[in-house]
Amino acid sequence: MTENYIAFGKRQVTKEEYFAPGHRACIGCAEALAVRLAAKALGPNTIIVAATGCMEIVASQMPWTSWRLPWIHTLFENTAAVASGIESGLRTLESKGKKPVEGINVVATAGDGGTSDIGLQALSGALERGHKFLYICWDNEAYMNTGIQRSSSTPYGASTTTAPAGKQSIGQMTWKKNLPAIVAAHNIPYVATACPSYPFDFMDKVVKGSKVDGPAYIHVFSVCPTGWRSAPEMSIELGRLAVQTGVFPLFEIENGKYKINVNTPKRKPVADYLKIQGRFRHLSEQEIKLIQDRVDKEYDALVERAEKDKAA
Amino acid sequence: MAKRVGMEVSLAIGEAAKLADVDVVAAYPITPQTHIVEHLAELVANGELKSAYIPVESEHSAMSACLGSAAVGARTFTATAGQGLELMHEVLYVAASMQLPMVMAVANRALSAPLSVWGDHSDVMAVRDTGWIQIFTENGQEVFDTVLCAFRIAEDPKVLLPVMVHLDGFHLSHMIEPILISEEDEVKRFLPPFKYPLALDPKKPVTMGAFAPPVIYSEARKAQEVHLAGTKEAIVKCWDEFASIFGRRYLPVETYRAEGAKTLLMTMGSFSETAMETIDKMRADGKDIGLVRLRLWRPFPTTELRQAVKDAETLVVFDRAISLGSQAGPVCSEVRSALYNLEKKPRVASVIGGLGGRDVTVAGFEEIINIGIKMAKKESQQEIEIFGVRE
Ligand SMILES: Cc1ncc(C[n+]2csc(CCOP(=O)(O)OP(=O)(O)O)c2C)c(N)n1
Ligand code: SF4
Ligand SMILES: [Mg+2]
Repeated sequence: MTENYIAFGKRQVTKEEYFAPGHRACIGCAEALAVRLAAKALGPNTIIVAATGCMEIVASQMPWTSWRLPWIHTLFENTAAVASGIESGLRTLESKGKKPVEGINVVATAGDGGTSDIGLQALSGALERGHKFLYICWDNEAYMNTGIQRSSSTPYGASTTTAPAGKQSIGQMTWKKNLPAIVAAHNIPYVATACPSYPFDFMDKVVKGSKVDGPAYIHVFSVCPTGWRSAPEMSIELGRLAVQTGVFPLFEIENGKYKINVNTPKRKPVADYLKIQGRFRHLSEQEIKLIQDRVDKEYDALVERAEKDKAA
Repeated sequence: MAKRVGMEVSLAIGEAAKLADVDVVAAYPITPQTHIVEHLAELVANGELKSAYIPVESEHSAMSACLGSAAVGARTFTATAGQGLELMHEVLYVAASMQLPMVMAVANRALSAPLSVWGDHSDVMAVRDTGWIQIFTENGQEVFDTVLCAFRIAEDPKVLLPVMVHLDGFHLSHMIEPILISEEDEVKRFLPPFKYPLALDPKKPVTMGAFAPPVIYSEARKAQEVHLAGTKEAIVKCWDEFASIFGRRYLPVETYRAEGAKTLLMTMGSFSETAMETIDKMRADGKDIGLVRLRLWRPFPTTELRQAVKDAETLVVFDRAISLGSQAGPVCSEVRSALYNLEKKPRVASVIGGLGGRDVTVAGFEEIINIGIKMAKKESQQEIEIFGVRE
């Protein structure tokens, strides 16, 4: 396990597949790619806790499994709590001399629905209690497993099956919940955003998050061609565009300090990103302008915050 | 030698968990369970119990954290009541289906609305079908003993299931009783260390909690049912060994002056002790009457129940819960169905009482028995009676 994928590049990445090929994710699923990369970065000394959702369903139909790491799925909204129990159990067994634990990574994972909606309470509780675990949210911006229903992480203007665009509606009428900021408000040592279109940045963050003393959180932007009505071969490009337009900036919050990891001084217009996705097809120029203004405002605030923290 | 101490029953549960040397407690407070988890927190804070104590933010997370700790092979304990048990509901099924051993004390409480912190068995009955082994208790000593037995049963390699120990909220949880607290070495002899064969371990990766398509779900469920029904043997064996070490004997169905009695009353939990006094009084008055007490609630002890009531003409089943919209109390429904196909069986009457903390006195049980006898008469049209309700 290396700590510096960006510096040393892909030769450092293990050829071992801990999330094995043969799972049933859709073609072009960037969420499955993110899972695979995270598993590589974590290595074999890891226990994965999975929530109900696409990444559980595609990997675990009885009697098969795609997992070569110890893996547990129980319910939809409780991965942070299950991980709390695992971490506490391992710690006590070790302190009582019953079982050596040897720095096992405890990693809770869930989709955006399992994280920002139904699982938010369990997540908040586990962060506040300070368990030493890493939580990874696979954000594909809707409840995909159950058929593209809206979540609080669905972006403004996206059409989903429970907030569809229609004569009286543009689809999602609310702005995406800012989960990294909510998590950061718990004052945990490490929070980051990532995207598998930037694989080495993402893997570095996974390694970092698994090593900090206390809770760590990574919010992973995960392109879903099925739910976004985008071309499967565009998934990596879409992730890049989300970053390059400022729609989904890549940053870290280490001990409260913000740092932008991929700088985009000349951001592309958000229309470049929106126009190649069917879920935004219905948006008028006026609405796209509204989204552009919002992205500009939020991006500027992020840059300002990062510069302030750098100077401090 | 064990010491006899005057102690609140809730605290005795903490002492039992301490003697069992639990590794993880994850709990959320709710009346009337609070004294149990407060005492455990105190034991941990004083260093008397070397356990992780996870002060979770809800009962859903309490039970979820217990799934995690049991899955890595840590001895796991929690306690709850009423609404807390309900909030755990979906998680309870998972603990049983995934064979994650743990012990939970439930200080039985009524369910909202109207809100009531007081005792009855509504919470028990709502989690009847979750696949847990469930045991009722009558007094402080039984609660203490049953918690110790529950760990041994749960962790038995032939069982590997979660176990609920039911005690009546307030009527039992808050009583101060003389309780024999066992010695550590006796407990060690009785309760071997927990060795979970399927723990989550990077050295031996396992997948736990895969989903089942229709071609396999029925098989999984049947296997679970056969397994749970088969645990009765291990439960009885555990109680036998407990008796050989500690001298106190427990059975799935117990009776009191029931031999050859024409009329039987059936109770669960602490109200059985009051009912025993009623039986003594009515026997002294020359009535032919006895008591059947249900201790093992899941797996349901059908054979033992049939044996216990086979010679009676009338069986009055006293339930502390309503199955709203049905035709009998929940325990009575099961008793009736267990007896229905028998050639010779008693007529069964359903009387409900003791709801939301309402007490039933010795005289009250005499009335209940008399009402039950009347209901069980051939010409009676009455199926169900809710006892002691002011009109
Ligand atoms: C308590 C509960 N409510 C609802 C569901 C149904 N359900 C399963 S997965 C899911 C959506 C998952 O969405 P997300 O967490 O974003 O993961 P994704 O599938 O998009 O990766 C829902 C609504 C459930 N399993 N449990
Ligand atoms: S629906 Fe989306 S997230 Fe789910 S497997 Fe398909 S592409 Fe991946
Ligand atoms: Mg999602």
